[in-house]
Amino acid sequence: MPATEASIMSTDILEQRSRRDARNERLFRWLLKGCALIVLASLLGAAGATLWGGRDAFGTFGWHFLVSSEWDPGNDVYGAMVPVYGTVATSFIALLIAVPISFGIAVYLSEVAPTWLRTPVSSAIELLAGIPSIIYGMWGLFVFAPFFADHVKPWLTSNLGNKPDDGKLSWVAEHVPFVGKLFGSDYPFGASILVAGIVLAIMIIPFISSVMREVFQTVPTRLKESAYALGSSTWEVSWDIVLPYTRSAVIGGIFLGLGRALGETMAVTFVLGNAMHLSASLLDPGASIASTIANQFSEAAGLQKSALMALAFLLFVVTFIVLLIARLMLRRLASKEGR
Amino acid sequence: MLINHKSPLRFAAVAALAVASTFGAAANATDITGAGSSFVYPVMSKWSAAYAEKTGNHLNYQSVGSGAGIAQIKEGTIDFGASDAPMKAEDLQKFGLGQFPVVVGGIVPVVNIAGVQAGQIKLDGATLAAIFMGKISNWNDPKIAALNAGLSLPAGKITVVHRSDGSGTTFNFTNYLSKVSPEWADKVKFGTAVEWPTGVGGKGNEGVSQYVRQIKGSIGYVEYAYAVKNKISWVNMKNAAGKVLSPNAESFAAAAATADWAHAKDFNLIMTNAPGDQAWPITATTWVIMYKSPKNAVNSKVAFDFFKSALEHGQEAASALDYVPLPATLVSQIEAYWTSEFKH
Repeated sequence: MPATEASIMSTDILEQRSRRDARNERLFRWLLKGCALIVLASLLGAAGATLWGGRDAFGTFGWHFLVSSEWDPGNDVYGAMVPVYGTVATSFIALLIAVPISFGIAVYLSEVAPTWLRTPVSSAIELLAGIPSIIYGMWGLFVFAPFFADHVKPWLTSNLGNKPDDGKLSWVAEHVPFVGKLFGSDYPFGASILVAGIVLAIMIIPFISSVMREVFQTVPTRLKESAYALGSSTWEVSWDIVLPYTRSAVIGGIFLGLGRALGETMAVTFVLGNAMHLSASLLDPGASIASTIANQFSEAAGLQKSALMALAFLLFVVTFIVLLIARLMLRRLASKEGR
Repeated sequence: MLINHKSPLRFAAVAALAVASTFGAAANATDITGAGSSFVYPVMSKWSAAYAEKTGNHLNYQSVGSGAGIAQIKEGTIDFGASDAPMKAEDLQKFGLGQFPVVVGGIVPVVNIAGVQAGQIKLDGATLAAIFMGKISNWNDPKIAALNAGLSLPAGKITVVHRSDGSGTTFNFTNYLSKVSPEWADKVKFGTAVEWPTGVGGKGNEGVSQYVRQIKGSIGYVEYAYAVKNKISWVNMKNAAGKVLSPNAESFAAAAATADWAHAKDFNLIMTNAPGDQAWPITATTWVIMYKSPKNAVNSKVAFDFFKSALEHGQEAASALDYVPLPATLVSQIEAYWTSEFKH
C-alpha cells in the first residue's frame, strides 16, 4: 500500500473524529448547562409559587404580616413574627452548640485519634447523618424532653431565671441583664426553644463535622509538620494552621448544617411545644415556620392557607438573608488575610 | 409448598398465570376512592376490608384531613369526601353536594394530677372553658373545688395541652367551649385550629396524650380511644341537662340520639352540648360528602352500597374501635335522605 494513501485516510479519520469531538463537547456543555438551569428553575419556581400562594396574606396584612405576633385562625388574623423568631432562635442555638463540638470531633479525628479508630468513628458519624429526622423528634419527645424537664430545667430556672420556684432571685438573675428573662419559665415541662435547639444541634453535628474532617485532611502535611517542628502544640496547629487554611470550606460546612436546621420540620414539631406566643424565655414553647406549616396545612383553607404559603416564602427569604450574611463574612475574612 | 426447582420456566409460567387471574378478578370489581378526615380512617379501613371480602369492590380511603377532603370532592377527583365539620347549606347547594353522618365518637378532657384516677374529677363546661382560657390557673381554685366536694386537689399550676395541628377534634372541642362560654365564643371562636390563649400544642392525639402524661398538672383533650389506650385519667363532665357523666359508648350514643337531627337540613348539626339527660357533652361525628348527581354513576352507586352496608352491618366493627354506631332512627333518616336527595 502506498504511503500517501494511508496518510490521506488518516487525516480523513482525524478530521471526522475532531468534528465528532466538537459535537460531543457542545452536547456535554448543553447538558451541564441544563443541569444547572434545573436547579435555578426549581428554586425560582418554588419561591414564585409560594409568593403567589401567599399573595392574599401579603395583600391583606401588608407589612403587618412580618411584625405581628398574632396567629388567630378563629378571627382570620395572621402574623409571622412568632414562627420566624422560633426558626431563627432554634437554629442559632443549634449552631452555638454544634460548631464547637463538630470542630472538636474533626480535629480529634484528623489530628489526634489513633489511625485504627478513625474509620469506625467517621462511619458512625455518617450513619448519624442518615437517621430520619422523625426519629430524632421521637427521641426528643419521649426521652430527652422529659429528662430535661426533670433534671436540667429546674436548675436553670432556679439559678438563672427570673421566675424561680422558691421565689428567691439568684445573683445572676438579679445582676446580669436579660439572663433572668431568658431562663424564666412558668411551664413545668421540657418542650421549648432551647430543647429544640439542642435536638437540632445533635442533628446537624454529623453534617458539619464530616465536612470539617474532610477538609482538614486536605491540609498539606508539610505545613503541619513545619509548625510542629517549630514547637507548636496540637491546639496551635489546629487553630493557627489547619483552620485558616480551610476556612472557607469550614464555613461552607457550617452553613450546610444551618440550612438543615432552618428547614427542619418533624423533629422540631415534636419538641418545640407549638405555642403561638412570643416569649423572651428560651425555656418557653414556641413555633417555627416549618412546624407551623406542617401542623396546619392539611386543615387550612382560604386566608389561613395563604398565610402558610406566605410563611413558606418567608423561609426562603430568611435562608437567603442568612446565606448573604455568610458570603459577606467570608469576603471580610478574605480581605483581612492581607494577600 | 412444593416448587419444582428443575423447571424454573414452568414455575414462572404458573406464577404469571396466578398474577393474571388476580388482576382479572379485580378488573370486574369497582374501585371507589374517598378522602378526608383522619378521625374515621380506622373504621373506614375496617369497613372497606369487610366490604371487599363480601363484594370484591375495593375502597381506597386517603386520610388527608377534612379540609383536603372537602377540597378534593369540590374538584370532583374522588367519589366521596369525609369531614369532621359539616359543610354549610349554601356551599352544598353551590356545588350540588349532599352530606350525611356515618359514625359518632367522643372527645374527653384528660388530666394528669397526682393521685387523681380516671373519672374522679368533675368539671362543667364553663369551668373547662375558663381553664382553657387561662382564667383558672391552679388546681386548688375554688370553682374547681365547688364541683368536686370530697376530692382533695393539690395546689399546682394548670398547664393546658392542645392540638398543634388543625383537626376535627379541635373543631368539636372548641365548638363546645363556644357554646358554654360566651367569652370563648367572642374571643377565640371555634375551628380546626384557633389561637389558644395559653398552653402547649402536641401533634395529633398521640402528641397530646404524650404531653399530658409527661406534664404534671396538665389538662388536654383527646378522642376517647386514646384516653383508654394510653391509660390517662379522663374527666367526668356535667352536661347541658346538669347531669354528671362518664364518657362511654352509652353516653356518646345518647348524645347522637337526642340531637335534633330531624330539623337539621343536610344533617348540618354539630352535636356538642346535646340536650339529653344521658348525653356526653363533647360528642362528634364525621360527615360523608357526595355529589347529588355524580359524574361517575357506577362508582357513586357502589359508594352508597358501601355506606348502606356499613351503617346497617358495620356497628360491631365500629364499636371494636371505640366509635359509636349511629342510632337506628338516625340511620333510617339518612336512608330517607339518600332516596330523596341523591340520584342513584
